Amino acid sequence: MDLNNIQKYLLKEIADIDAPLTGAYNIRSDSMSIGRQSTKNIEIVSKEGVSGMDIFIKPYTVGETVHIPVVMTQSGLKEVVYNDFFIGDNADVTIVAGCGIDNCGAHDSQHDGVHRFYVGKNAKIKYVEKHFGSGEGTGKRILNPVTEVYQEAGSTCEMEMVQIKGVDDTTRKTVAELKEGAKLVVRERLMTHGDQRAISDYDVRLNGDGSSADVVSRGVARDDSYQRLDLKISGNAACKGHTECDSIIMDNGKILAVPALEANNVEASLVHEAAIGKIAGEQLIKLMTLGLTEAEAEEQIINGFLR
Amino acid sequence: MLQIKNLSFTVDADGSDKEIIRDISLTIPDGKLYVITGPNGGGKSTLAKLIAGIEKPTAGQIIFNGEDITDMSITDRSKKGIGFAFQQPVKFKGIRVLDLIRLAAGRELSVTDACRYLSLVGLCAREYIDREVNSSLSGGELKRIEIATVIAGNSLLTVFDEPEAGIDLWSFSNLIEVFQKQREEIANRSILIISHQERILNIADEIIVLNSGRLENQGKKDELLPSLIGTSSAVRECRGVNGGLD
Repeated sequence: MDLNNIQKYLLKEIADIDAPLTGAYNIRSDSMSIGRQSTKNIEIVSKEGVSGMDIFIKPYTVGETVHIPVVMTQSGLKEVVYNDFFIGDNADVTIVAGCGIDNCGAHDSQHDGVHRFYVGKNAKIKYVEKHFGSGEGTGKRILNPVTEVYQEAGSTCEMEMVQIKGVDDTTRKTVAELKEGAKLVVRERLMTHGDQRAISDYDVRLNGDGSSADVVSRGVARDDSYQRLDLKISGNAACKGHTECDSIIMDNGKILAVPALEANNVEASLVHEAAIGKIAGEQLIKLMTLGLTEAEAEEQIINGFLR
Repeated sequence: MLQIKNLSFTVDADGSDKEIIRDISLTIPDGKLYVITGPNGGGKSTLAKLIAGIEKPTAGQIIFNGEDITDMSITDRSKKGIGFAFQQPVKFKGIRVLDLIRLAAGRELSVTDACRYLSLVGLCAREYIDREVNSSLSGGELKRIEIATVIAGNSLLTVFDEPEAGIDLWSFSNLIEVFQKQREEIANRSILIISHQERILNIADEIIVLNSGRLENQGKKDELLPSLIGTSSAVRECRGVNGGLD
């Protein structure tokens, strides 16, 4: 598999890939699969009729990682991709996704990834997704991911979803349904700058007794950018849910945080927290007393916040 | 050497000027540990902030090693060698203890080296080094981390603003040892502690008493301390309502 410099750069940014991959993987570049490998326990199969893949992970597969990064380097490409993950009972795996768009032209480039996860009983997955845009073109870099998670009893899903920078427009939609004893942990990080726009919408349904969700979204809106965070948890059983939107606004940034809780069972225990504000003056002062300039202090505070 | 010349600081209080610091002049030579004491509201912490550049004086001059730093920024003062330990440690989201110690040291310290600073203040380093400097840490833990951080800065002049505030009695004894060790290893650096705790005053070379914004008294510890004991300028440690020292 020969990669050009832009492909290498994007893969490094979104999936920290700078060496040949081991384990199961599929690398998609400009709407084509440019490298794929299945393993004994993880099978990757192209879908028929639509663009995308089915990824089958056998029960009791433990400690393996699947990489499915997407890069786009041609201006004006638009695609919708459907990837379904079937995670067998008692498996424990890491899935690394992510999309990097380099747009050097005048046309918009857009990748809409629809990911569905069917997480088997007592299975455990860690899902890591990074989105990144680069390139000097006037065409927009647009990413509209849809993530659906269906968790069987006793399963755990940990999701780390990060939009680093350079994505002009994104509408993220995440839906999760949890059966008894299932656990969902989401850590979302969103950074917008320039005149970017990011919408992130969560709909988490705690359907089984003993299920729990902890959804934390941290955002930084700089320059003239806009973010809207809709975080909803429905408690339909004896469950525990927690959502948190924590945002820093800078310059002329604007943020609308809409945490929502819906309790449909008297045993449901749901909590939400939301906070928006500029960087605390005392944090800047503290770092300046350590010798950092105000701009350096700001960078440290944001990097920490979005870690 | 720090020289303060005719320093004043006035704030606007309900339309009228309120003098917090009134025409103070003093010198803190190299190689010495000075403690500034005095009753609450006497201007001690304000003077510390004026030295660090967090507040700007309304009159007077601050000279550090021969250079006028009166109009210098907080950052530049830090680069010139002035360290400042906050009375109320600042909390961050996502910044770890290790990050803060590295920023203070101004270089990529190894984890082992960074841990040494935590051990100095009696914290089991491995348990704390990767923790975020946030409200999951107790007031006493934050305070000790603050002191470790500032020590890591290895400043020419380090100002500690009420280091005992908010820490428990056991930690207070530990803190005295920390300052005693700093005193022993002072070389040509200097330390300025804002405190009215008798045990801290007891390790000073020299004591300065501020009252109502004025320099009321200054002298060698052995000469001045006996007259202060029993007043609000030299209190014995006692447990406050929130478990910390008053």
